[in-house]
Order: sequence, then structure tokens, then C-alpha cells
Amino acid sequence: MRQAFIDTLHTLAKNDKKIILMNGDLGFSVLEDFIAAYPDRSYNMGVAEANMIGAAAGYSFEGYTVFVYSIVPFVTMRVFEQVRNDIGMQKANVKIVGVGSGFTYGQLGPTHHAVEDIALMRSIPNMTVVCPGDPAETREATKALVKMKGPAYLRIGKKGEPVVHKALTSFSLKQSILVRHGNDCALLATGNMVYAAVETAHNLKKHGIEAAVVSVPVVKPIDQKGITSICRKTGTVFTLEEHTVIGGLGSAVAELLLEQNIPVKHFYRFGVPDTFTYFAGSQEFIRRQYGLTPVQISRKILSILRSVSSRTTEDSALLRRSSQILRKR
Amino acid sequence: MDRKKIKKLNNIAVDVRKDIVTISSSANIYHIASALSPVELLVALYFHVMHIDPNNPRWSGRDRCVLSKGHGGAALFSVLYRRGFFSRKKLETFCQNGSTLPTHPMMQSAPGVEATTGSLGHGLPIGLGMAMALRHEKRKNNVFVILSDGECDEGSVWESALYAGYHALDNLVVCIDYNKIQSFGRTAEVLDLEPLADKFRAFRWHVQEIDGHDISAITKAMEMAKKSKGNPHCIIAHTVKGRGISYMEDQLEWHYKSPQGKLLDQALRELGIQYER
Ligand SMILES: Cc1ncc(C[n+]2csc(CCOP(=O)(O)OP(=O)(O)O)c2C)c(N)n1
Ligand SMILES: [Mg+2]
Repeated sequence: MRQAFIDTLHTLAKNDKKIILMNGDLGFSVLEDFIAAYPDRSYNMGVAEANMIGAAAGYSFEGYTVFVYSIVPFVTMRVFEQVRNDIGMQKANVKIVGVGSGFTYGQLGPTHHAVEDIALMRSIPNMTVVCPGDPAETREATKALVKMKGPAYLRIGKKGEPVVHKALTSFSLKQSILVRHGNDCALLATGNMVYAAVETAHNLKKHGIEAAVVSVPVVKPIDQKGITSICRKTGTVFTLEEHTVIGGLGSAVAELLLEQNIPVKHFYRFGVPDTFTYFAGSQEFIRRQYGLTPVQISRKILSILRSVSSRTTEDSALLRRSSQILRKR
Repeated sequence: MDRKKIKKLNNIAVDVRKDIVTISSSANIYHIASALSPVELLVALYFHVMHIDPNNPRWSGRDRCVLSKGHGGAALFSVLYRRGFFSRKKLETFCQNGSTLPTHPMMQSAPGVEATTGSLGHGLPIGLGMAMALRHEKRKNNVFVILSDGECDEGSVWESALYAGYHALDNLVVCIDYNKIQSFGRTAEVLDLEPLADKFRAFRWHVQEIDGHDISAITKAMEMAKKSKGNPHCIIAHTVKGRGISYMEDQLEWHYKSPQGKLLDQALRELGIQYER
């Protein structure tokens, strides 16, 4: 995703001379080509993120599109008030790029785990919050963010993320993306959990359950129409994010569904519980501790569907199928 | 300090470097050059300068050390292990799945770790607070904080510096691991800190400049800092990033790589001949 981002920005910067890239003393093996091509539009601001955010805002007031690049906690959490006042409040045309979403840097420890950023960024008025699910979404999101004037946060992983979309025919900052059809339940996922959602849907299919998979790259402003319609259709909704369950995609969807009176039989947020991760581990390992691997998610979904069936008299095909599956086990 | 003691500490420093290389390599983790650079500073502190008791790690009469440049955690963990705070077995879990020893030290990592660091610019304010509380209690203990040079870009470092200088917190000793490289370039090219000593002096600090790999110079400077009253202390330790392994020394890329195979062997071989006999 990092590569997809920087390659896209590199191409855009060729014709758009107003694109500026600031980094917080980071970007080894990623930013070098960009810096070599556009030395007068690249700045290493040092390990001084608060200053970088303020400077990015000021630079943008002179008519530039300023991208700032660092690791998620340092450009969202450490500098929250700078982002709120200097960028959000003043509608600065600054795009904050955070790398290392979720547990990308799992081995580095909890200071580098990034699971509160969506909630923080989402709480700032005027802020667009984008968490692309794969390199293709990252490319399109980068293009869209350059076109869009105003504050935005782009949350990306690292490198080598799996491809979700072989071809992404359309992308807009207003829409979620239907990745897979299904009528039995909806899996709404954002960022690096979109691929896990796809795999979960494959697992569920083996159990006779057809899950729709929706990628929600833009957590704010959220695609109200698309999300309410898929939730109304399936009636059972699961959200997936590598982020605390507090204030992220799951919260956004819950707020939307309740306020719009969308009846759902069951709703569950897959995400990180309200705790710090006081241990090291690979991304995969930490996900497993929190039940966020496709196998674990599928298992949990099956058990939830069972509890739905015991609570309701509705005779839907879904419920019949899920209880058959559970009897077989 | 006598020759014998210096030799002993130098040899511990070699052991620590071997640990750093070994545990980082087996976890395939980077920041290795960063851990190699403050080794003598940590060895001097934990094996000579600080009053500590590994059997009673929370002893209130201890001196405190905060490794503010948390990305050098491997060095701290090795020193704590070698000083008897925990076992070799625990050290070997470094960055492995489920370990409480991630790259960056946490308060919860192990006995002896005084603060959670890793986001640069946090350790000095924390150390400042410790020094304030110790002064409040009229205790004689010192607080040592190890900063990296790139870390000195952070505004919070200078907020603490201003506070400590104005309030004459003479129980606070900052050691700057001045290896002249940061994450994405040379310090002189990214954000030159010079004149660094003058900056701290202007903030009313007592400043000493030393060779940060010279155990004798380090301990002398630290002892002096403990004795001299009226100002906080800044020891500017000139160091080499990646110190001890020829192909890592002063090379930015070794902030990011982990030695494997032949490079690992070479590293251990080079360290092996550095023991003083
Ligand atoms: C607040 C913050 N910003 C960025 C980083 C990422 N980072 C880790 S180490 C480092 C700089 C490394 O250079 P230096 O501080 O001089 O330490 P050295 O490795 O040379 O000892 C950076 C920018 C961080 N850990 N914390
Ligand atoms: Mg340095």
C-alpha cells in the first residue's frame, strides 16, 4: 500500500506542481524516488510532528496540496490538537498519510500499534477518513484526495498487502464498494481487514452461508445509502476493522443503523477490544489473540447465527442452514 | 576507575553487543544500529554509576534510568539481563510472538524498566517528573535519561529542557547518544542540532562533551554530574551508530536491516575479537 500510494503521488506530482510532500524523518526505501524527482517539493521536517502538521497547514494556505507522511500514532495521536485546530478547523488542504495501520508494526510494541486513529480522526469536523483495503483502493484514494480540496486522513499499512480488487472499475470518496454478493449477512470491512472479510466469506460459503462483502474505504463521511441498503437487505451485519471497537467503522455503522431505524437481526463488531496490547507479535499473531483471523471470524459468525435462530421464530433460509451446519458439527 | 574495572565493563559491552545482534537477528527485527550506539552509556550506568538492586527493582532509594530512545530497547534488555534483573530465557523472547519484550521497552516488559518509551520525545518529560518527585521527597537519587540526537528534534525535549533549567533540577542527567544519524538522513542534513552544547547551556544546563564509547570518560562525566549542584546535567556523548560491527557503523541502512546468515556470523566474529584480555 505504501508503494501504491507513493507511486500514484509521484505520477500526479508530474503535472500538479502544487503537490508537496513532508515527512517526519521517515520513508526509507519508499520516498527516495519522489524526493529525487521533486527535491524542491519534498521536505524532511525532522522528528517533529507537531511542527510538521502546523507547517503543512500554513503551506497549504498558500495554495498547495500538502501531504504529510509518518507512522500512524505520530501523525494522528501525538498531534491531535494540531490536526484539529490547524487542519480541521481551518479546512486546510492537508492530507495526513499514516503508515503502519493496526498491528502492522506488531513487534515494535504498543507505542507503535495503531488502533485508535480512526476514532480520533473521525471525531474532527471537516475531516475525510480513508482506509483503503488494498493497493488498488490506495491508488484510487490518493487520486481522489488530490482532487478533493480539504482535510483528509489516509490510513495505510506497509507493503505487500494482498490484492482484493483485480480491477477496480469505479472509486469515489462517497461510496463503499461491493466486493462480493450475498444475501445471508453483510460483512462490512475497512482497511487491511477487507481481505480478511473476503476470506471469511469463502469460509462461510463452505457452510452454506452467502455473505456480502463490502469494502468501506471511506469511514467518514460514511456511505449512508450503500450501507443502509445492504444492511436492510441482509438483516445481519458484521463489521471488521483492525482498530478498537470504540469509535471506528463498527461504531459508525451502528450509529447509522440505529438512527435510520434499520432493523437488524444481529450486529457484531469484529475489532480490537478495549485494551492495550502489552506484548509483541507479528500482525497475524496479534490478530489471532483478538479473534480477527478469517477462521475465527467465521466461527464466531456461525455461533452468532445460531443464537439468532434460538431467539427468533423467523423461518428464513439462512437460519435453517446455519442450524443444519451446527447440528452437523 | 581502575584499569581492571574498565576492562570488565568493556567486556560487558561486548557481551551486550553480541546479545543485541543475536536477539535482533533471531526475531528478524531492525533498529539494531540504534541499539549498538548507547551500549557503553547503559553499561556504565547499570554496572557502575547507578545505585540499584536487581533483587528489589522498585527499591525507592534507587537511581532511575529512562531509555527515551526506546527503539534501542534491545540494548536496555540485554543490560538488565546481564545485571540480573531477569533470565537469559526471557531475553531470548525478544520480539517473539507473545513476548513482553517488544522492540520498545514497556513498563510491563520486565523488572527494571522504568517507563514505556518508543514514541520519541516522551522519556525526558517522564524523567523530569521523576526528578521533580524525588526532589519533593528530598531524596538524593538521580534520574538518568538517554536521548537520541534525532529525538532532539521533538519540541517536548526542549519544553523539558526549559523547565529543568529554570527549576535547577540538578538530580536530572540527560545523556545524548549523539551518533549524527537519524531515520532518514544525517542529523546535520535533516535538522542540524549544532551548536548543541550551547543550546543546553542557554537553557541553563551544565554540559559535558565526551566520547560516548569511552567507559572511563562516561563514568567520570556521570560522577561529576551527580556531584555538581545547581543545574540539570547534559552529557553529550559522541557515538557511532552501529558501533562495533564494521559494516554497520555509520550506515543509515542498518537502522532498517537485520543481519542474517553470513552477515550475522561476521558480526559475531568481529565482536568476538573485541574482548580485552
Ligand atoms: C515521535 C516519533 N516519531 C517518529 C518515530 C520513528 N523513529 C524511530 S527512530 C527515529 C529516529 C532515529 O534516529 P535517532 O533519533 O537519532 O536515533 P538513533 O537510532 O540514531 O539512535 C524515528 C524518526 C518515533 N519512534 N517516534
Ligand atoms: Mg541518531
